[in-house]
Amino acid sequence: MMLSKGLKRKREEEEEEKEALAVDTWWLDPGHPAVAQAPPAVASSSLFDLSVLKLHHSLRQSEPDLRHLVLVVNTLRRIQASMAPTAALPPVPSPPTAPGIADNLLASSDAALSASMASLLEDLSHIEGLSQAPQPLVDEGPPGRPTGGAPPSLGALDLLGPATGCLLDDGLEGLFEDIDTSMYDSELWAPASEGHKSSPEDGPGKEEAPELDEAELDYLMDVLVGTQALERPPGPGR
Amino acid sequence: MIPGIGAFTQDTLWCFSQVKGTMETGTTEADIISTVEFNHTGELLATGDKGGRVVIFQREQESKNQVHRRGEYNVYSTFQSHEPEFDYLKSLEIEEKINKIRWLPQQNAAYFLLSTNDKTVKLWKVSERDKRPEGYNLKDEEGRLRDPATITTLRVPVLRPMDLMVEATPRRVFANAHTYHINSISVNSDYETYMSADDLRINLWNFEITNQSFNIVDIKPANMEELTEVITAAEFHPHHCNTFVYSSSKGTIRLCDMRASALCDRHTKFFEEPEDPSNRSFFSEIISSISDVKFSHSGRYIMTRDYLTVKVWDLNMENRPIETYQVHDYLRSKLCSLYENDCIFDKFECVWNGSDSVIMTGSYNNFFRMFDRNTKRDVTLEASRENSKPRAILKPRKVCVGGKRRKDEISVDSLDFSKKILHTAWHPSENIIAVAATNNLYIFQDKVN
Repeated sequence: MMLSKGLKRKREEEEEEKEALAVDTWWLDPGHPAVAQAPPAVASSSLFDLSVLKLHHSLRQSEPDLRHLVLVVNTLRRIQASMAPTAALPPVPSPPTAPGIADNLLASSDAALSASMASLLEDLSHIEGLSQAPQPLVDEGPPGRPTGGAPPSLGALDLLGPATGCLLDDGLEGLFEDIDTSMYDSELWAPASEGHKSSPEDGPGKEEAPELDEAELDYLMDVLVGTQALERPPGPGR
Repeated sequence: MIPGIGAFTQDTLWCFSQVKGTMETGTTEADIISTVEFNHTGELLATGDKGGRVVIFQREQESKNQVHRRGEYNVYSTFQSHEPEFDYLKSLEIEEKINKIRWLPQQNAAYFLLSTNDKTVKLWKVSERDKRPEGYNLKDEEGRLRDPATITTLRVPVLRPMDLMVEATPRRVFANAHTYHINSISVNSDYETYMSADDLRINLWNFEITNQSFNIVDIKPANMEELTEVITAAEFHPHHCNTFVYSSSKGTIRLCDMRASALCDRHTKFFEEPEDPSNRSFFSEIISSISDVKFSHSGRYIMTRDYLTVKVWDLNMENRPIETYQVHDYLRSKLCSLYENDCIFDKFECVWNGSDSVIMTGSYNNFFRMFDRNTKRDVTLEASRENSKPRAILKPRKVCVGGKRRKDEISVDSLDFSKKILHTAWHPSENIIAVAATNNLYIFQDKVN
């Protein structure tokens, strides 16, 4: 009803996903440079593709395993660093029908990587920002631009502070289009501030957000849903 | 064959003792064991599973009549520790899987343990009830309220024996302190505090206070794009209540002193082994990621487990481990396929025996390995139903790497990577081990002469 999507991908689905991955057996070929004991100077594009697939699989989880994500990203960086800049790679992670090969393919795939990685990490820090004490707003400049020929790096991110940190702000609206948030329109749980969050259709105009921290929101949501007695202390567990 | 505790030259033969769990091949995922832990005396053995349940086994008293059968472990208590939850703010389901169980030292008749899932730590009290009060004034024997007007005399309720009942009650719930997934909990030697560690932060709790915790380590970068490393495990020193260690996904261990500052972001010691250039590959970082760190009982050493090895470090030497043991080096040439099927991310645990002379860790194909630090001998054993005759001696297993395979060996390509031994435990003072193989718990003991 209220929050239909957002359920964690079940393990069975993950297994099916894994089976759907490429099953060519290049890695079993002992002559293959990626398989041999000696470290290959340049990774094959298959290893790169595999890593990008893994990264995307990880990013698609509603709550990614941070360790897995970090390890895959670091490995991907190593692979990217070893690849010749003018190698003709299929464009990733865009769908296979996407048009071909630009001059700085790596940069464009890097940008797409940047964008998805950046949005995921931004999402994480967004949510984090809600529960932390007010901190100085870090202004890192425009988000997500690839840094040209330098070693592959993710573009700079805007770190939004808690004052603007709200799930339903710009950029994250798309994630919640399928969710019926009419329940959020209730005045019940926006005690002191005017900027109670309502549906995404209210749009980018709402910059203010109540300074409710995560624990209080949890508590209030629980009260609404009726799973919590009212005397649960709303203090943050820090 | 490896020498046992205290024995100098006698070799230990490991025997099958018990197995818990169903024999059916179709496993319910909820039954997969996710943690195993003996308590401080070894009298109790706790397991947690993916379904959020905790099962505690108790060792039965040894009987003089059956000296050849040392005390067996039987179910003492079963309870649902964690339920699946829904985080409304993030629209996420929180798994009920028990990541870790840690026992508190026993201070009275009741037993206390900490159990944790990804987000919430709970303190459980497990106590016995073998008496029941009878003779209430205001209630009758069925518990129905009496009409006070009918009461003409007063009596004192008396305690009468009843069948033993073991009850588990949640005494504290420590929630809302972790944004990321909790991977470790560790009880401090002061027995008043404990810590919980997630991917980026470590929090210190007082057992009595549930609505506050102190953040003592925070490695979250100000700019999340700079995130390249996460915390993988953490543990308090067994004797020094101010000291703890935490390991990272980059294969490093940091030792911190809480007296130095409130936020222990600057380590006191930093343990890292330089990379072997001849073994370098794209997977170097992944296989160096430490999946478990454990202090020795003496507190002088730490043991770490990464994907292919177990290492022992002396706290006084930071630049390299004093011992390195190869768990399954034959997998080094298979890293690509292990990366593809995600096995390279499996997190194996490691344990010390009571005297810190032998270390044990798991592998694939339901194999587990023991390394004797004194004799430098090692053995590979298997937890399987085939070897499960009472008191059957476990035969050492061997993996054949190439060339001719001998009769009892198994080739690398025949290993079953779905059968992984991630969780094991060693009795604090005896040669009794508990090995979790998916949904089965095996208990092995050394052969009693």
